[in-house]
Amino acid sequence: MFYREAGDFKTSYADDSQTFPIKFDRWRYYVVLAVAFGVIPLVVNDYWASSVLVPFLIYAIAAIGLNILTGYCGQVSLGTGGFMAVGAYACYKLMTAFPDINIVFHVLGAGLITAGVGVLFGLPSLRIKGFYLAVATLAAQFFLVWLFNKVPWFYNYSASGQINAAERTVLGVPVTGPNTEAWAQYMICLVFLFAVAWVARNLTRGTVGRSWMAIRDMDIAAEIIGVNPLKAKLTAFAVSSFFVGIAGALFFSVYLGAVEVGEAFGIQKSFLVLFMIIIGGLGSIFGSLAGAAFLVLLPVFLKNLLVGGLGWATDLAAHVELMIVGALIVVFLIVEPHGLAQLWRVGKEKLRLWPFPH
Amino acid sequence: MPDQILYAMEVMINGLMAGVLYALVALGFVLIFKASGIFNYAQGVLALFAALTLVGLQQGQIPFSHLINAVFGTDVHHFGWELPAIVAIVLTIGVMVLLAIVIERFILKYLVNQEPIILFMATIGLAYFMEGFGDIMWGSDIKTLDVGLPQGASAWVEDNTAWLGGEGFYGFFIDKLDMVAAVVAAVLVISLTLFSQYSKQGRALRAVADDHQAALSVGISLRFIWVLVWSIAGFVALVAGIMWGAKSGVQFSLSLIALKALPVLMLGGFTSIPGAIVGGLIIGVGEKLFEFTIGPMVGGATENWFAYVLALLFLVFRPQGLFGEKIIERV
Repeated sequence: MFYREAGDFKTSYADDSQTFPIKFDRWRYYVVLAVAFGVIPLVVNDYWASSVLVPFLIYAIAAIGLNILTGYCGQVSLGTGGFMAVGAYACYKLMTAFPDINIVFHVLGAGLITAGVGVLFGLPSLRIKGFYLAVATLAAQFFLVWLFNKVPWFYNYSASGQINAAERTVLGVPVTGPNTEAWAQYMICLVFLFAVAWVARNLTRGTVGRSWMAIRDMDIAAEIIGVNPLKAKLTAFAVSSFFVGIAGALFFSVYLGAVEVGEAFGIQKSFLVLFMIIIGGLGSIFGSLAGAAFLVLLPVFLKNLLVGGLGWATDLAAHVELMIVGALIVVFLIVEPHGLAQLWRVGKEKLRLWPFPH
Repeated sequence: MPDQILYAMEVMINGLMAGVLYALVALGFVLIFKASGIFNYAQGVLALFAALTLVGLQQGQIPFSHLINAVFGTDVHHFGWELPAIVAIVLTIGVMVLLAIVIERFILKYLVNQEPIILFMATIGLAYFMEGFGDIMWGSDIKTLDVGLPQGASAWVEDNTAWLGGEGFYGFFIDKLDMVAAVVAAVLVISLTLFSQYSKQGRALRAVADDHQAALSVGISLRFIWVLVWSIAGFVALVAGIMWGAKSGVQFSLSLIALKALPVLMLGGFTSIPGAIVGGLIIGVGEKLFEFTIGPMVGGATENWFAYVLALLFLVFRPQGLFGEKIIERV
């Protein structure tokens, strides 16, 4: 009734090619932004920021990054944890080497460095495809984690082998270190997520994104119609790793504050982000956000229910959680292989026809 | 011979033995991949689950005791009897067959004709589920597995090789268990090859591997073949679980050997049984020798990544692996 294109007249090409062609979607988008930027920072407390909101924002960035590589370009990667570690350690090295520069530039610089590393490990993708590539990216995962563990230069020869984030401010407000307030943590992550999502959405609508999708759908056919696979695959690796690196840098500096590489960026992290984009939906920015929200909320919810509600031991609850996550993944793949994003799309289609479905 | 070379040889032999264990896990992968095109990430967790079940049955643990205690406030943990190893092994095989039927019935049936990547993800989900399930069923503490396999270094090998070196050399140090594992792996490979070449089911299995639809059209039941192949993979997982469990205890890290089996597969090719063995040996020897020669220079623990990097470099030059079928791509 209210959700349709009819009556919404486009008078310019810019209007015609906008991201949200339906008026209701546009308004919804502005409302979500207004709530995220204007309301939540005022009401957020420590518990919500540290256990739900900040992890969600950071994983959403990582998920968008991986979705560009896997969902849009079709190159399965199990090295996300390793690339996040590159982002974290690059950010740490930049923070300690140039303490006077704003942390925002450190995070962006960490993204750039990760992009370089990503391209390096993406080079074999020109020869290797499918599963073989997925396993090859494991090489990145294990080698990078080992490297950050064994080479003391990366953690500035600290005795514990950990890296710690010192206090840094943005516009006079501390965003890293122990004095950070919940809303500041939340805001900096939100700004980065907003920027990343905006860039990713517009990249995937344009020439670059179309060449990625052509490679994903069939690489040989894409090559024949003139898409350069070298360029397409390596740009996908670069952009994806850039985002994942930003996520890693924020994860270390804003969220955790102190990081031990094997624990924070192990293979489990790679799988977690991969699950997010599967459950959310491959090849969809909204799907990345939905998947991240789902997998961040689910453990919190289960823990509150089983440990807090039923009084079970935490290890038992952890096992039940593993079972539920595993079963959910299988159920999702059987019922809706295209994830939450597809449910959303179907819902919108239904809404457009409502209340007269024929 | 100089001692240094002898030490290197010892490292190499131990690498071969470790490689046999990798190959045992890789074998399960190859079987399932050949018959259904599914890249079964859960193979390692299956090995863990099989070993847990074996220990649990042997010691008469009550399944789900942890959960029962939490829900009903009781305090039960053991039935109070112990089974002989052989009975427990037979029962565990039964459990693995049951598991294969359940997996086919509740997962695979619904995922026919999906893209390979979706199937792969489904097995990751299955791996997570089985990991939680195994822990809830049998508890997550580290267990020792004892089915009467010989332990410790072989004195015979040590005595008979001591003359090779000089004063400071006491002969090769080789674990008896590793030698048993090598023999078991050889028997397993030979019997699997015989089974798939000469038995009726084996022929059906190869037909399904060649072409699902053609196999269906000549009256082969796809679902039966899948149950069969997952049962065999479960059996191979049990063997791998016993070997690894006897070596280093039954614990969560057992499921991580699945990840080690991946580069083995990439080297050998996903579709080749001999490839799994050769790949396993190459990886085993390679990583042990690398750790022995280069490891001390770069801080050790190179075993964590060497296999993957080796496989990665290898694939750049030969994308289908050593024995894999040639990849032909058409538009």
